[in-house]
Amino acid sequence: MLDSSPAPQLDRRNFLKASASFGGGLVVALTLPVALRPTWAQAEASPSFAPNAFIRIDRQGAVTLVMPMVEMGQGIYTSLAMLLAEELEVGLDQVKLEHAPPNDALYANAILHRQLTGMSSSIRAFWTPLRQAGAVARTLLIAAAAKQWGVDPAVCLAKHGVVSAGSRQLSYGQLVDAAAALPVPTPDSLALKDPKNFTLIGTPAKRLDTPDKVNGRAEFGIDTKQPGMKVAAIAISPVFGGKPKSLDEAAARAVKGVRQVVRIDEAVAVVADHMWAAKKGLEAAAIQWDDGPNAKVSSADIVRQLEEASKQPGVVARNEGDTEKALASAAQRLEAVYQLPFLAHAAMEPMNCTVHLRKDGCDIWVGTQAPTLTQAVVAQLTGLPKDAVKIHNHLLGGGFGRRLDVDGSVLAVKIAQQVDGPVKVVWSREEDIQHDMYRPYYYDRLSAGLDAEGMPVAWTHRTTGSSVMARYDPPLFKNGLDPDAVEGAAQPPYAFPNIHVDYVRVEPPAIPTAFWRGVGPTHNIFVVESFIDELAHAARQDPVAYRKTLLGHNPRALAVLTLAAEKAGWGQPLPAGHGRGVSVQQAFGSYVSQVAEVEVATDGSVKVHRIVCAVDCGMVVNPDTIEAQVQGGTFFGLTAALYGAITLKNGRVEQGNFDTYRPLRIDEAPVVETHLVKSSEAPGGLGEAPTAVVAPAVANAIFAATAKRIRTLPIDTNLLKLPS
Amino acid sequence: MPFTIKVNGTPHSVDVDGDTPLLWVLRDLLGMTGTKFGCGAALCGACTVHVDGAATRSCITTIDSIGNSAITTIEAVGRTPQGKALQQAWLDLEVVQCGYCQSGQIMSAAALLKDTPKPSDADIDAAMSGNVCRCGTYQRIRAAIHRAAT
Repeated sequence: MLDSSPAPQLDRRNFLKASASFGGGLVVALTLPVALRPTWAQAEASPSFAPNAFIRIDRQGAVTLVMPMVEMGQGIYTSLAMLLAEELEVGLDQVKLEHAPPNDALYANAILHRQLTGMSSSIRAFWTPLRQAGAVARTLLIAAAAKQWGVDPAVCLAKHGVVSAGSRQLSYGQLVDAAAALPVPTPDSLALKDPKNFTLIGTPAKRLDTPDKVNGRAEFGIDTKQPGMKVAAIAISPVFGGKPKSLDEAAARAVKGVRQVVRIDEAVAVVADHMWAAKKGLEAAAIQWDDGPNAKVSSADIVRQLEEASKQPGVVARNEGDTEKALASAAQRLEAVYQLPFLAHAAMEPMNCTVHLRKDGCDIWVGTQAPTLTQAVVAQLTGLPKDAVKIHNHLLGGGFGRRLDVDGSVLAVKIAQQVDGPVKVVWSREEDIQHDMYRPYYYDRLSAGLDAEGMPVAWTHRTTGSSVMARYDPPLFKNGLDPDAVEGAAQPPYAFPNIHVDYVRVEPPAIPTAFWRGVGPTHNIFVVESFIDELAHAARQDPVAYRKTLLGHNPRALAVLTLAAEKAGWGQPLPAGHGRGVSVQQAFGSYVSQVAEVEVATDGSVKVHRIVCAVDCGMVVNPDTIEAQVQGGTFFGLTAALYGAITLKNGRVEQGNFDTYRPLRIDEAPVVETHLVKSSEAPGGLGEAPTAVVAPAVANAIFAATAKRIRTLPIDTNLLKLPS
Repeated sequence: MPFTIKVNGTPHSVDVDGDTPLLWVLRDLLGMTGTKFGCGAALCGACTVHVDGAATRSCITTIDSIGNSAITTIEAVGRTPQGKALQQAWLDLEVVQCGYCQSGQIMSAAALLKDTPKPSDADIDAAMSGNVCRCGTYQRIRAAIHRAAT
């Protein structure tokens, strides 16, 4: 069946048409891990069928799926491939994956409106479009076979890369030329599979990105190797807004292997043959800094500023009923202040970016959650047209929101502007932690009124802190309200007859803020779920029973709470010093409840023994990934609850490496159990939900064990010590 | 000054200062990027290799301390029975998330299994608590080590 005559190049035509909107920057040579191939350039040379930007099938039947979102551990490459393969009727053993080039027109996430991977939105955003893309390709392949056989397409069946009708069969590879010649149907005109007929979606499929991650072959941004490449170590001003004042360039250059010292506004880089020479050169340079206006800023100043600002009313996120009146007539009133610290991301792969800047173009090798933003910022910085800026995206050695920001690429390009040839800029762990963009510090004031039976008649919640959204995506920051800062606060799962939620924006000096795994809910769920626990206690009611009473209108939240409590053995006796705590969350389109069992020793130390998590995230794409995300997300949130705090003194971040910014380790990791609620609802996000829900479960368990209420994170074990 | 080190059975010569950590020799001079940089201070284990079979943090192991010792990295640990069994268990149980720390995790686990073929949970805690995973794959790491040990 192979035809040696030139095949209709439908893929090229369509792709060129679609990419014209960004200047026709078509051929993007990607650097790909072994499992991820081939490059666009190679693909161009091979005739293939590509009815949309996500699928390409060549004459040998090789199926290439283009991944619009980035893989940073969350398993999205496998889950998105499952959506495509389900409707395309191919097995995951038949596909190869490719990183998408930067192109908002082709690959934007419909929820975030740009090609961004974040906010646990990937499955929600691509659930329908990728199944439609698969269905379009399958429909064309079936139509091509039906035409060849002169039969009704309805009698043809596509399965595992083969179209059949009775005893006749043609492989997808044999059909690509004919399929490419047919008009492409509009996605909306095609019926998608009934979920009851899914053969891939809902199964624990093996991940496609992992085989090369157990043998050292997987390539992260930091692993890039380019001909003639030099390595740069960087020292950024230890105080935000400061500058290098003086340095000993000769001493740096005297280090064996050092090639060049580069000074930019806010940093110094030493360029060398390898990282060790660059680091030694940087040390030898003995840089003196002009700390600038933030030289004296400390955490205490920032907290005082937030505390003061939180006394004034903020922008109203939600107001129903009359909380003032209800509070005035309440049988019991409660008030509390909750505080959450600045946090660094501390992804295992330190920040890095490799740049080759030339007069006519720029290549960037990096792992980024924001490829189009990176391209746009580099184009602006260099004055190059966007299509001359090639982004070679990679697997990410952790993202957690850090790689939504492009400051690392900006710094690398500024350095590359003074370097002839490719240069890989690698941050030390200390630079990575001390020059992160941090989860904001939040200062929250709450009040509630209870009636004579202890049920809430009023709930107020004012959150005060930096707005990440106002900086990152200004159109979403409307009328002074940051929807992220109040997510999980404005719409708690509970029924309150009177509720008032407002937001006070305060931008702290000396410390840039950014999204962090779990975003708004990681802050607000801790506050809301801890305070509702305070209400239950004030009402002298069981925390689970109290919540259930307030969830009568919310069956999905009630169901996860009921399941988590049942699986955890809620109410069963525990040894002295142990306690159970519960939390409920409705966020990212998913419902999650956790029960934590903790032990508090007489010295105040906290050991988390077990976490039971019930999840309703709608229809499940890959249950094995859900379990992995529940475990991993929980540990990420638990790390922060137990240890996470970035503090400033004299404008400098006081933490520097994993000794002072402590991660959870295997000997501290509790057993995490995952229980799924079967659901036919649309899929929700899950990468961040478990991160947000764990801290209140643990804090409430500590209260159950010690009668001490944790209102500030991280948990201060000094407050939990028993008098000796 | 010139040094010759034996990595995965092959001798390599490099000309660097004697205080250069093995990590950067492997990554930047020999192009073996499976061994990862995580902290530079032996706090995270991402750079773990075997030096004469012992799990060693290559980020603080200077080239002049190696002498004739045999170095094994993630690229070749699959040639050992423990490495092979662990890599398979890692895939069977889908341990990996972002994957950046997993080279070091597998190298630490392989050294553990070589010395302790049937490790207890406490053995695993002792051998693996120097390896940080920010994705939080610890529960599956523990299960995969037990699986590889059977």
